[in-house]
Parts: sequence; structure tokens; C-alpha cells
Amino acid sequence: MKILIVEDDEEAAKFLIKGFGEAGHNPIHAADGETGLHLAKTEQFDVLVLDRMLSKLDGLSLLKEVRAQGDNTPALILSALGAVDDRVEGLRSGSDDYLTKPYAFSELLARIEVLAKRTGNDDNDTLLKVGELELDRLSREVRREGRKLLLQPREFRLLAYLMKNAGTVVTRTMLLEKVWDYHFDPQTNVIDVHISRLRGKIDKDFDEPMLLTIRGAGYKLQEPENTN
Amino acid sequence: MFAKVTSLFCVTAVRLSIIYTLIFGILAVGIVFYMTGATVNVLRERYQVSIDTEVTGLARIYKRGGVNSLIRTLDRRARAPGANLYIVANPQGEIIAGNVPQMQNGIMRKIGWTLRPFKYERFDDESNTEHRAIARVLEVPNGMRVLVGRDVSEYEGFREIVGRGFKLALGTMVALGLLTWFFVGRGALKRIDQVSKSSRRIMGGDKSERLPVTGTHDEFDRLSENLNHMLDQINHLDDGVKQMSDNIAHDLKTPITRLRNKAEEAFSLKNKPEEQQDKIADIIDDCDGIVKTFDALLMISRVESGSTVAKLEPLNATDILTDVYELYEALVEDENKVLNIMLSLPNTLKIMGNRELLSQAISNLIDNAVKYGGSEITLLSELNQNQLLIKIIDNGDGIDEDDRAKVVKRFVRIDKSRNKSGNGLGLSLVKAITEMHKGKFELKGNNPGLIAVLKIPVLDQYDA
Repeated sequence: MKILIVEDDEEAAKFLIKGFGEAGHNPIHAADGETGLHLAKTEQFDVLVLDRMLSKLDGLSLLKEVRAQGDNTPALILSALGAVDDRVEGLRSGSDDYLTKPYAFSELLARIEVLAKRTGNDDNDTLLKVGELELDRLSREVRREGRKLLLQPREFRLLAYLMKNAGTVVTRTMLLEKVWDYHFDPQTNVIDVHISRLRGKIDKDFDEPMLLTIRGAGYKLQEPENTN
Repeated sequence: MFAKVTSLFCVTAVRLSIIYTLIFGILAVGIVFYMTGATVNVLRERYQVSIDTEVTGLARIYKRGGVNSLIRTLDRRARAPGANLYIVANPQGEIIAGNVPQMQNGIMRKIGWTLRPFKYERFDDESNTEHRAIARVLEVPNGMRVLVGRDVSEYEGFREIVGRGFKLALGTMVALGLLTWFFVGRGALKRIDQVSKSSRRIMGGDKSERLPVTGTHDEFDRLSENLNHMLDQINHLDDGVKQMSDNIAHDLKTPITRLRNKAEEAFSLKNKPEEQQDKIADIIDDCDGIVKTFDALLMISRVESGSTVAKLEPLNATDILTDVYELYEALVEDENKVLNIMLSLPNTLKIMGNRELLSQAISNLIDNAVKYGGSEITLLSELNQNQLLIKIIDNGDGIDEDDRAKVVKRFVRIDKSRNKSGNGLGLSLVKAITEMHKGKFELKGNNPGLIAVLKIPVLDQYDA
């Protein structure tokens, strides 16, 4: 997919271009805010990756202008500012996600891919389906291969998020943010335990696992490979 | 001296009193003029009435007895002591008889009232002092004119007396005012000079200097006290910044040195790709650790400095606690420990807080309890005199009483914990967050174990 990177630090930009390129995407780089705005207005991108502090035009203002044009291309703000308020301000300016520097590239990549997949109204889907796994938001029922699975409310939300982003890697931080609505970093890895409990319910009694651990990145829910 | 007087006028109190005196003076002058004017008018009207009565009488005498009778009457009246002014003149205005040898020209020519006092001379007076009078001129049918007038020195004198008294009073007032300004203003100036002197010393770098407080609780004292509080607060923040930079120097350089050493090692491992990979993964972990420490430090100082790290909003206490409990319950069970939750709170109980920060504080304490505590951890919450108490209780080794005050300081790790992961900032952050919520953080013993208590005021106590 086509990604606009607006980043004025040359090293950081090179690193992103290389990383996105290797992940099979098509990154386009702008070195300052004005160039970035021009590109964002004239070309169609799948995702915008904006540094918050840029020369000429800062990332938030750039995004506000893009949004003012009615352009809803998913956007992610990269910032060295990390405090709660800065994040809130970042999200309020129209960005869909906010990542604090320094970050792991895998984290950024995972977030970008989830953003690009977003269709806008998928939160309204009442029925999620990945292979033989079904989740009904209305009746709050989960079935795999027709067998009903009993999930705790939080596990239900966790699974719903994973299913919504099936086939894409989601990181622990993303889960903590989207499922628990916490933006701090617990010192112990609480998410792993919840994942393994969920796995115990949706994978344990079946032949093929669907919830995979992606080393160094996070988790991915996908259709079992040999069921096709 | 002149400079001093000039600077006196720069004192607000002095300027204000000058303005007040001016306004008062103008009002006083106005009142005095009005009063004098009114009194003089009353007197003049009385004179007019008496002159009118006399003129009517004279007209009657003329009608009854003719000119001779009139002149006789006038002559008699004119000679009485302290008499009014009487003049009989021919139609051309030349004086024929009367008690006025000389007077301002033109008075006889005007029939009727002359109310504007005119000058005249008296027979009985040789001192040549000026006499003034008002008069009415009557024309009798044969064309002769009769003037009846009255000396006005009486009410003119009244005006003079009032004027003199007024000048005296005003003069005294101005003199007293000036004296008051001088002493009050000088006192104010002296205080201000002291304050300036102190502030110059503070600007010069003497951080312990404070503005003088005399103990009189006047406005200068109140101002000085407030400024002194402000200076204390600035010093406190300043110390925070200083401590922060010391921390960065001491406690961040160590891990960075370790990081550099590892990078060098990895560099030299070019012939052992697998070991090199491991080393590099290790380096990335170290980097993340340093970033975490750095973030925590920044967070603590931002929370402590009271800058608007995060907005406070009304929060349901039960929700915050059950959410954190729910996040940790599985983890604690995985560690073969038990996490209990005991909430004896009204369901609607609200506090003014920041969900993110409070959750982080509670989660830090549970993390600690998992790491250092015993087999059982309890998250307990109750209401005590308008305070929400959040207790994280464990049954581990606890912290010695002497160490409890120390562990909330940045980077302090007691010996027992040094071999476990962590950066020594967790409790500092908890303390900063609690204080940001106008609360108190305490550590107590549990025999065995530790009780960490957050005391946070409930919403009713907050200033809405």
C-alpha cells in the first residue's frame, strides 16, 4: 500500500522507507510539512505517517488541513511527546493513532496495517467471522465449528478486536490500548496471560491453532492454514 | 530631597490622597460658595422688602402732603443715626437733598431697582473708606426722583468673613495632607525599597532570601507572604529539575554505558552471527529499558510540577479498581498467587481524577506486590471520612520501617530488590500521581507484608 511519510529527520526517514519497502509497501517521503501537505492533497495514499514536530508546518496542523478538505485517509502521528494530554491533543486533531518515539518498527508497521484495513464502519458489524470462528456482538455468542465457547466479557472484546483485524499482526500495546483503554506500559506482560487464556478457549480443543504469536511483534488471528 | 519628593508622587497611596484632596477641595469650595450666595440672597431680599415698604410709604406721603411733605420726611429720616440712603433729585438727576454727597454716576437716571451694589460716600464718614449700597429710584408725578437705598457692607462683610475662614481651613487641610503624605508615603517607600532590595538579592542568586514580613498583616505583609510562597514553590520546582538532571547524569549514564559496551561486543562478534544476533536483541531490550526509565522520569517530573499532564474529571471509583483488577487477575493467577478484590464503596462514589494515571499507579503497586510480595495480594478499597482509601496489601517480606520513606524517592532501590528488574521509579510515580490528586501515599507494615495506601478525596470535597 502507498504510505506518505512526513519526517524531517533524514536518518529516521531512511529507516522508515527501508522498513516499509521491505514489508512490501510503497513509501513516499516528504522532508517538511509543506511538501507533505502538498503531496497529501494531490495524491491518494492508503495511510499517512506524520511526525508531530516538523519544519515549516507541524504534523497536527498539516493533518487538520487535510481533514478540513474532507480527506479521511487514516493517519498516524509520531511524536516524542508522550504524556497523556499530548496524546489526547494528537488524537483530537484528527489522527487515528498516535505512537511515541522511540518505537519498535514492528509496532509502527502493525499499527499502519491495521489502520489501512479499517473501512470506517466495521465497528457496526454485528457478526464477525474468521474461517469457522464466529462472533456475534448482539447475542454475545462465540462459536468455532459450531461449538459454543464461553468467554468472559473482556475476552470477548479481545477476540472481537483480533477478529476485526484478522490476518494482521497486532501488538501487545495495541491490545492494551484498544481493548483495555490503557496507554501506559505495565511492567509485567499482562497481555500475554490474557492471550493465553483466550487461546485456551478458542484453540485448545481444536486441531489447528488460529491465534498465533508472532515473535518480536505480537499476535495474529487467522484462518487455520490447511482448512481451505 | 527633590528626588525624594518626586518619588513620593510615584507612590499610589500618595497619588490617591492627592486626588481625594482635590475632589474634596472642589466640593468644599462649591458648598461654601453656594451657602454664602444663598445667605447673601436672603439678606438682599430682606433689604429689598424694607426698601419697598419705605418707598410705598413715601409715595403715600407725597400723595397726601405733596413735595414739601416728602422732603421733610426724607430730611428727618436721613438724619437719624445709621439711616438708609435718601436722595431727592430733579428730573435731570441732579441731587437736591439727601444724605449722600456723592455716588456712582447714572444711578438716578434709572427708575426702579439697582441691585448691583454701587459706590457712594457718606457725610458722617471721613475715613474715605468705600461704601456700597443697593437702591430703588422712585419717580413722583412732578418728575422729581426719590432714591431709597441701603448699605450692603453688612452682607459683603459676611462674605469676607466666610472667605477668610474658608481659606484658613483649606490651608490647614492642605498642610496636614502634605504632612500625612510625607510620613505615610515615606513609610510605604521604605517598605517597597526593602522589598526591592530583597528581590535584587534573590535575582542575584540568593535562593534563601525572602521578602521582609513585619507581622502587621497589612497589605505589604500579605503581598510579601504570597510572593514568598511563590518563591518557595519555584525553589521546590527548581530542586526537582536539579534532581532530575542529577538523576539523568547518574542513573541513565550507567545503562547507556552498559549499552555501549554491548554494542562494541556485538561489533566484535562478526564471525559468530548467531551470538551477534542475540547480543543485538539484548541491545534493543536495553534501549527499551532506557526509554522506559526516561519516560517514567519525565512523567514523574511533569506530574510533580503540577503542569497539566492530564485533566482531572469525575470518575467512578469502583470502575477504576475493577478494571485494573480484571487486567491483573489472570497474571497473578499465572504466578500461582491470589489477587483478591474487596470493595466496600457506594457504587456511585466518584473522585476527581485521571483514569489513566490512577490506573497506572494501582497497576505499579500490583506489579510490585507480584514481584516482591507473598502468595496473596488484596486490592481493598473503602471510604473513610470523605477519603477514598485504596490499599494494595501483600503478605511478603514487606519493607523495613526505616526504608519506607526512602523507597518513594527516585531511583532508590532497597538491597532486596536490586536483583529484580525495575528502575526504582515506580513508587515515585505513585506518590506523584497521588499528590496530583490532592491525596496522600503511605506505606505501612502488614506483619508480614506491606500495605500501600492511596488516600484520595472523594468528589464532594472538591471545589466544583
